[in-house]
Amino acid sequence: MAAMFSQNPLMNGPNYSISDAPKEDAPEGARQHRFDPYTDNGGSTLAIAGDDFAVLAGDTRLTSGYSINSRHHPKLFKIGGTTADQKDATIVLSVVGFAADGEALKERLDTICKMYRYRHGKPMSVKACAQRLSTILYQKRFFPYYAHAILGGLDEEGKGAVYSYDPVGSYEREQCRAGGAAASLIMPFLDNQVNFKNQYTPNSGEGHALQERERRPLTRGEVEVLVKDAFDGAVERHIEVGDGLQIMVITQNGIEEVLLPLKKD
Amino acid sequence: MDHRPQAWGRPRDDVYGAYDASYLQTTGPKTATQAPVVTGTSVIAIKFKDGVVMAADNLASYGSLARFTDVKRLRPFLSTSIVGFGGDVSDMQFLDRHLNELAIDEAYEHDHAETPSPSDDSTTTTQPPRGQLNAANLHKYLSKLMYRRRSDFDPLWNQILVAGLDSASKPFLASVDLRGTTFSSPSLATGFGAMLAQPIMRRFAATEEDAAKLTREQAVDVVKECMKVLFYRDARSLDRYSLAVVTKDGVELREDEQLEKQSWAFAERIRGYGTQTV
Repeated sequence: MAAMFSQNPLMNGPNYSISDAPKEDAPEGARQHRFDPYTDNGGSTLAIAGDDFAVLAGDTRLTSGYSINSRHHPKLFKIGGTTADQKDATIVLSVVGFAADGEALKERLDTICKMYRYRHGKPMSVKACAQRLSTILYQKRFFPYYAHAILGGLDEEGKGAVYSYDPVGSYEREQCRAGGAAASLIMPFLDNQVNFKNQYTPNSGEGHALQERERRPLTRGEVEVLVKDAFDGAVERHIEVGDGLQIMVITQNGIEEVLLPLKKD
Repeated sequence: MDHRPQAWGRPRDDVYGAYDASYLQTTGPKTATQAPVVTGTSVIAIKFKDGVVMAADNLASYGSLARFTDVKRLRPFLSTSIVGFGGDVSDMQFLDRHLNELAIDEAYEHDHAETPSPSDDSTTTTQPPRGQLNAANLHKYLSKLMYRRRSDFDPLWNQILVAGLDSASKPFLASVDLRGTTFSSPSLATGFGAMLAQPIMRRFAATEEDAAKLTREQAVDVVKECMKVLFYRDARSLDRYSLAVVTKDGVELREDEQLEKQSWAFAERIRGYGTQTV
């Protein structure tokens, strides 16, 4: 007990000024690793598929705890271009969660897509890339990449395609998906505004007879407004989201990228 | 003959006694640093018009004990880049040896690749020849190294700042930590500096554009001011520090700077800590 209050570092073990101070020892007998290989670097992403386009967006803040490490750390990456500048890429990957794993995941998928291009003389389809990404994630099933990945592109018919993943590789093609710190704030908004959930045609019936509002594909202009509104809302209510908004729009003519300011507080 | 294949080729128990199983490997991965022991505190750095300024004090602490007061935590690499280490000092020394080896290999590689003609003796500039590792390359190398080590559950317990120029000869400043997380910003600080120095530096270089307007003198002044604030408030810091400026002309490193113009007048007004009651 006396050692608890002692100022002697030899008895207490050293004290640390850096943030990754070791935690208390595990209960007696149980030896466990004190090093935690994961952290959460905050941030949020979202993706919406349109009729002939797909939009991906992510904020550019990188946090650890209450600190902002960087105000410009992009979460969206062009994948599988011929060269390092990715000028002729047709697929976009967004990763959010643990930044180091996200970076590692992006680099692996990119090299695999590049190898595919060199071997087959054509770029990988989004469908194939999506399946491959799932395999990459599942290969690390027992030491996962701690990241929420969303893949976007155009499918074989030229329709917008968005695939979303969990950290161990379960995936699904969807109309829209939000990921990361503010996913729980953005996703219900998208359900309502993209898939018209909980919207009914007025005076169309009583109770269960009430007609749902008919779904229609959104235009590019509508989607871009939704993306900005979603992030403005998330910035207001989540401390790990902010600084900059990176948007990529994938169309038949390639990938357009814009960077917009978000609140920096 | 023993019919059990498990026993073939092994020392016979009836001759040598039972095998002492404690010599067998215990389960679990091989690990080195499970916790930092001797540590360095903050490293701070800020970009300016044509380079980067970095600073770190010369103290290595053992817990709250100021154990070594003359430890150089800024290391130059190939006279093109500066690497600043926060966190465990033994891991820093391991990395320093590793980087020295890399620098020597690189220098040999480069001499072979580009044999200068005898008449060409005017190349006395300290600027690195093209093809040599620049700060961006070095940062990528270190980030892969750190990420690999964390994935092996054998982390190097450091946060590292790398400063220099990138392949386009623009100022480059980026960080990598013990988990392999990398990021870059006009100004960076590790440890306590992230709380105390970073807000001050961001006043002068909030964006890349702001940083591109700073002169060398301004950047050095900001960094010196930050080192002072850190010494005022960080109990694991020292008033002797190293200051490095890296530009296209190479690295200027001074390893025995002394904090100037300290004023402890503010301490009079501090209330609420310690034993005083009024």
